[in-house]
Amino acid sequence: MLKRVHYRSSYLPYLLVAPQIIITILFFIWPAGQALYQSFLLEDAFGLSSEFVWFDNFIELYENPNYLNSFARTGFFSVAVASLSMSFALFFAALADRVIKGSHTYRTLLIIPYAVAPVLAGTLWLFLFNPTLGIITYFLDAFGIDWNHKLNSSQAMGLVILAAAWKQISYNFLFFIAAMHSIPKSLIEASAIDGAGPVHRFFTIILPLISPTTFFLLVVNIIYAFFDTFGIIHAITAGGPGNSTEILVYKVYNDGFVGLDLGGSAAQSVILMFIVVMLTVVQFKYVERKVQY
Amino acid sequence: MIENRPITTFVSHSVLIIGVALIVFPIWIMIVASTHDALRLTQVPLPLLPGDQLWTNLKSLFEEKDFGTPIHLTVFNSLVMALMISVGKISISVLSAFAIVYFKFRFRMFFFWMIFITLMLPVEVRILPTYEVVANFNMLDSYWGLSIPLIASATATFMFRQTFLTIPDELMEASRIDGASPMRFFFDVVIPMSRTNIAALFVILFIYGWNQYLWPLLITTDPDMYTAVMSIKQMLESGEGEPQWHLIMLTALIAMLPPILVVIFMQKVFVKGLTDSEK
Repeated sequence: MLKRVHYRSSYLPYLLVAPQIIITILFFIWPAGQALYQSFLLEDAFGLSSEFVWFDNFIELYENPNYLNSFARTGFFSVAVASLSMSFALFFAALADRVIKGSHTYRTLLIIPYAVAPVLAGTLWLFLFNPTLGIITYFLDAFGIDWNHKLNSSQAMGLVILAAAWKQISYNFLFFIAAMHSIPKSLIEASAIDGAGPVHRFFTIILPLISPTTFFLLVVNIIYAFFDTFGIIHAITAGGPGNSTEILVYKVYNDGFVGLDLGGSAAQSVILMFIVVMLTVVQFKYVERKVQY
Repeated sequence: MIENRPITTFVSHSVLIIGVALIVFPIWIMIVASTHDALRLTQVPLPLLPGDQLWTNLKSLFEEKDFGTPIHLTVFNSLVMALMISVGKISISVLSAFAIVYFKFRFRMFFFWMIFITLMLPVEVRILPTYEVVANFNMLDSYWGLSIPLIASATATFMFRQTFLTIPDELMEASRIDGASPMRFFFDVVIPMSRTNIAALFVILFIYGWNQYLWPLLITTDPDMYTAVMSIKQMLESGEGEPQWHLIMLTALIAMLPPILVVIFMQKVFVKGLTDSEK
């Protein structure tokens, strides 16, 4: 934490931390406190009067089937994104780990989605699956599948999951390949001499040894799906059709900025903050201990 | 390679090529769509091979005023925002990490935890109150408003803290014996030794800054302040009937080109930085 030898200075360290601390207070601590405070208020739509209502906003959320559905939807969405993205990334990483020639080219192409902004990723997939024009829609039509995510809510969900998972493949791939590279070659060689084939080795040696990375990625992917997919949903479905793709972060925005329900939106923010805190704690607990199963 | 299995290797390559092709497919279609004219993009099936309209489309993005902000303006805004966020984040966190690692002072742990908390509050979560703060400071529709609220970052501070802890103590002792002040030591030893980390962090933060969407969407109302990434949504919604897909795709292509180029050309340092920092 601290160096064994260190400086003593009366004012310098305060000066050094000041910029970060000031920005943190102004744009993090203060707004978070405001959200917490507002979540206990009932405000009219014009912000003219407000009333302290204790936990009413939370109780209202708890009793609101819309919100509970959004909760369940977010859970499904994040698990689907995490598992889809991670399994593809793991598959590619296992193959790329085997080959020598061209592995650099594969990696270069596979990291491109990382650099694409969520809203642009959403736009690309929206274009591919456009109900009237889309190329993939055209091919699906040949198979007798009628694609219209503007009307069909499960297709809409499928599309946002696909776009979100696509964007996250790069990140997962890089971590999986790094984890595989750090496995001692001698272990793989020993089992190869014992006659284990590549597939057998993957399941009995590689997979167990990279499990800490897998767990780390699972948490990161869930955080990603919870908070970083706003742009994707905003571009593809804007929460629709109905509310079928309205995940929690989207609902905070929708209720606060579009619906102007400040108290309700703030209460949702507070719940989200609580979720992030829990996920971060899980992540850090793991990072500290470096569990190996 | 452990053993020589030509068939397995061949299969691996084929599957990888198919997989990579699938991943890159949306990007390819975007490039193709941006090289055709509006008429061709209304005829099903859409083309799979590039056309010859790239130049014409490009010109209309620069000129057509009624279609929204000209592209060079939004790209410039994005660039300013991304640079302010990445340079700002790196500067404030390298300073605070230096203080936390190398100084003993009152409230050191308190400050550390305060920074740690920011890790847990993505902008999406505290969006409304942050908006109010920025509005109160009169920072709406300005570069400051676009970048400053996103600048505080626990991630960068942690990464620098980690790096500084690996710098041998002897270096600091030596510099102290030579009579160098803390800041001299900071600029002459600490910064040069963290060069790779700074570069890696720069790539990650540049992309983070460039790709911001919700925040610029909320705080900019002046079209001259729109960023490249957020202008897409305006184009998707603008006008009646079908969106102008050829121009949308070209805008998307231009908006994603800078971060893609940064990632590809700084790949080595980026990959190392990403997997080492582990957040």
